[in-house]
Amino acid sequence: MRPLFFRLQHRWAPYLFISPFVVLFLTFMLYPLVKSILLSFYITNGPKSQIFVGLENFRFLFGDPAFHQAVWNTCVYASASIFLQLPLSLGLALLLRGSGVRGRNFFRFGFFSPHLLGQVFVAVLFSVIFIPKFGLLNRVLHFLFGVAVDTKWLGNPDLVMPALVLTSLWMYVGFNMIYFLAALEGVDASLYEAAQVDGAGSFKQFLHVTLPGIRGVAVFVAILSTIGSFQLFELPYVMLNNTAGPDNAGLTVVMYLYQNGFVSGDLGYASAIGWTLTFAVLIISLLQMQISGTWKTEG
Amino acid sequence: MNGSRAVLYAALVFCTVLMLTPLVWLFAATLKGPDDLFHYLFFAPRLSSYNFEQLFTQIPYIRFMVNSFFVTGSTVLVQLFFSSLGGFALAKYEFKGKKLIMVLMLAMMMIPAQVMLAPMYELIYSIGLVDSHLGLIIPGAVSIFGIFLFRQSMLDLPDDLLQAGRIDGCSELRLYWNVVLPVSRPMIGAFCLISFMGSWNNFLWPQIVLHHQDRFTLPIGLNQMVGLYAQEYGAMMAGTFLAVVPVVILFFILQREFISGLTAGAVKG
Repeated sequence: MRPLFFRLQHRWAPYLFISPFVVLFLTFMLYPLVKSILLSFYITNGPKSQIFVGLENFRFLFGDPAFHQAVWNTCVYASASIFLQLPLSLGLALLLRGSGVRGRNFFRFGFFSPHLLGQVFVAVLFSVIFIPKFGLLNRVLHFLFGVAVDTKWLGNPDLVMPALVLTSLWMYVGFNMIYFLAALEGVDASLYEAAQVDGAGSFKQFLHVTLPGIRGVAVFVAILSTIGSFQLFELPYVMLNNTAGPDNAGLTVVMYLYQNGFVSGDLGYASAIGWTLTFAVLIISLLQMQISGTWKTEG
Repeated sequence: MNGSRAVLYAALVFCTVLMLTPLVWLFAATLKGPDDLFHYLFFAPRLSSYNFEQLFTQIPYIRFMVNSFFVTGSTVLVQLFFSSLGGFALAKYEFKGKKLIMVLMLAMMMIPAQVMLAPMYELIYSIGLVDSHLGLIIPGAVSIFGIFLFRQSMLDLPDDLLQAGRIDGCSELRLYWNVVLPVSRPMIGAFCLISFMGSWNNFLWPQIVLHHQDRFTLPIGLNQMVGLYAQEYGAMMAGTFLAVVPVVILFFILQREFISGLTAGAVKG
């Protein structure tokens, strides 16, 4: 009796172990994903009333100036993440590289610590740091560079995006540094010795040994940052007091989705926005992998 | 050589000061009375509990905190159980549909979760979970990232160890509980922290699901407070500070595991 039970339970165990995941995955991921394709062809008013409109949602979306604004803002933010934040993260990692740095763990924690606050809490904190006249940032900038102390970071359409980028730099630079630090430690030390024997200076070593050595992780972090940037919502939404800011300067794609789907109640339109976002993220991720691939064959 | 060393440390200290200044300012702000808040740039000569009194009397902050602990604690436990169990199955067994599951999981990781918000809301609405904590915990019970994390770490588990357990008469479930889980402790630590932070800071989905103030979690409650009491900067800072403390404590307990867990996926490929 026992051997039979034993064989059976061995055979069925993996199915049993994976089944909770499969059930939840099908219910709360795959089903909603498929349903969102269907929904995007409907105009809805709350969860109950639906009218089929075909591709009308997408047509309206691509003609909506507010959506253009949202895409523009999101792209500016994403570019800043990749071209400003990632190099800074790599820079910090280079500073901390090697076990010779005293207090390495302290510095690493110092750089990383902002990430322990979630986006909402960072947004609340910075909404106060950015206030005109009394805010920490204006007072420091005024003291150091004579910048007007009543600069309205979150009230001036031209300054909203710089304020958002600054906040996100503070929050994510140290977080991405962790990845680069791990990647730098993975680079084969003998390659540096070989480069030194060949008489390569530190810059040449960086260019020909370090950069190719961390390429895989760099692409991984770039894709992760892009996907994260395209999902930007909490930071501007909370910082700008649950609005899109002056002249929609802080409107992002996900905020536009939220406003249309859950403030106005058109879940169909929200799904159309969601799918547009999905395609954008997929295309950019594939492009980044492609670029890194060609880089690989050339190097 | 010494000069470049000095420059290195100067740069490190400068960056650390930049990073820590907002946090120090936050801490200082919680301890200042309303007149001192902007009068002194950082710490005021006299301490005040005014902000915390405001925080606890103006809004149901304790309630938000209890809600956050309940939702986050449940989510972490459920995610931990299902992810480690599923990861174990994917790492150490051959079974039908395994490849398909892996492909679907990978594909799903590339898709932004926001695309599912609308149908998810319909679903939650139709099963009557709107405005309930279960509406947050049940859809959040599955973590693809967690499954991958555990699968990755359990791949290295020696098969001999499992086989030895089987010869000793362990059922597969016992094997999971008595052998696999204890060996996976570092990964459990890393996952707990990552999962805790994700759920604790979660905003968009709770904002959609929760309607009544007495069910709000901290991010939702604090955001509402910013709208209602916009001038109570000190209380807002106190609320932010207290909301971050649990994460910081957990981080200090689990930081070693956390860093290795975070980078495990990236470096191994």
